[in-house]
Amino acid sequence: MFNMRTLRALLAGDRYADRVVPPTGFTAQLTLFVSGAMAFLAVFALALSLASGRLADRWGDELARTATIRIVAPEDQRAIQTTAALEVLSTTPGVAEARALTDEEQQALLAPWFGQDLPLDTLPVPRLIEIEATGEGFDATGLRLRLAAEVPGAVLDDHGRWRAPLVSAAQRLRLLGWTVALLIIGAVAAMVTLAANAALAANAQVIAVLRLVGATDSYIANAFVRRFTLRALAGSAVGVGLGVLTVWLMPSGSEAPGFLTGLGFQGAGWLVPLLLPVICGCVALLATAYAASRALRTLT
Amino acid sequence: MIELENVAYSYGGGELLSDISVKLAPGSFHFLTGPSGAGKTTLLKLCYGALLPTSGLVRLFDRDVRSLQRDDIAKVRRRVGVVHQDVQFLDHLPVSDNVALPLTVSGRQADTANGDLEELMTWVGLTQRATALPPELSGGERQRAALARAVIMSPDVVLADEPTGNVDWDMSQRLLTLLVELNKMGKTVLIATHDLSLIRAAKAQVQARVLRISNRRVQLAGADL
Repeated sequence: MFNMRTLRALLAGDRYADRVVPPTGFTAQLTLFVSGAMAFLAVFALALSLASGRLADRWGDELARTATIRIVAPEDQRAIQTTAALEVLSTTPGVAEARALTDEEQQALLAPWFGQDLPLDTLPVPRLIEIEATGEGFDATGLRLRLAAEVPGAVLDDHGRWRAPLVSAAQRLRLLGWTVALLIIGAVAAMVTLAANAALAANAQVIAVLRLVGATDSYIANAFVRRFTLRALAGSAVGVGLGVLTVWLMPSGSEAPGFLTGLGFQGAGWLVPLLLPVICGCVALLATAYAASRALRTLT
Repeated sequence: MIELENVAYSYGGGELLSDISVKLAPGSFHFLTGPSGAGKTTLLKLCYGALLPTSGLVRLFDRDVRSLQRDDIAKVRRRVGVVHQDVQFLDHLPVSDNVALPLTVSGRQADTANGDLEELMTWVGLTQRATALPPELSGGERQRAALARAVIMSPDVVLADEPTGNVDWDMSQRLLTLLVELNKMGKTVLIATHDLSLIRAAKAQVQARVLRISNRRVQLAGADL
């Protein structure tokens, strides 16, 4: 039923053909509203997905470049072993920087659990060494072997154990965002199909007259397809506009750091929502063409 | 032009038409008569591809109707003007746009054929009603608008199903005169009607063959009409 010629005719429009189907206020408003609402939600799904992707990448990169060594040793050995560990690290390829945390820094780390007045010097708290790796990273297995030989109280934690599930969670969140966006597009297709079916059924007499006077199926279908495509396009354009504006008005990460405040678009990511009206239009076109094709096949 | 050969048509398990053979030659004028429910409308629908025969052969402009694609059927309908008793229009468009509808759907813009349209509206006497909406028309005006719509593409064949069913005697004569004029212009005309007085009136103006459907079959009617 559809080929390039009919598609061109569809895009160009025909002021006579556009008039043969009577305007239907209810389905028109319904299609506009649902397309707009769905596009609005899709913008957030995309924002969630893109933000999760950025988060996964950032966590992956940042955690991959850092590691920690715990010096678990008797108090009289702790300082010696810390110095030995730092010496080992200074000669380890791939380690950009290594430093032992001060008492104050360790106290600050424990404060959320034990309060500010923790007498750190009375507790057997291990000394922590923070390692920052170069871009290439270091050989964790080799470093562990060296530490085992030279600093018996050192335990290397390259964050891999808890980094993997975090990155995995962020990646799943990204996948979820895309899935929600796809579901929204599917819902638009279903809504347009239902609305087109209703419009076709309501206009059975119009279709009968058009068939009687020699209208081809593609001519009749185009009259409906063009109408629903334009409605979906217009509705989703408004929805995307409002969605992007809302995302833009959300607090930025620099004002209040956190995952939710990072929800938004960055750089070229702002262009991604602009695809939604086009996608909604295409979905409406295909859904209406499918509904019209099915309906017209049943007519003589 | 339009030829039915040994055509049968069944509906709902029963045979409505059986062994029908009819040939509408170019420029001929035919009446199709018979009691209500005899199958006149069904036979007319077979003549423009709105129904397919259960068996037998229907040739529309030398092509077997079964071999025609849906778009081919649509194109055939541009060569066959049809007028129904219960005329259907696009009620949201003015009469002139409804009359021009066959031009619109065939890609010939109505404004380029304005001259033809005005001439046609004058011919059917609806110039003053061109901007009215179809629900505002009387029965006779609707039939004349339907006739104008049926002939605006200058079809080879005009099929009319009880065109005078909803109009008074004067209007039916006026419609008949229009159909006779079309025939004199070389169009093939087939009118399905149970109105014998219309047939008698037509026979005074034009050489018409009268076909009668009886017992599911078509017979050539005799001089009793």
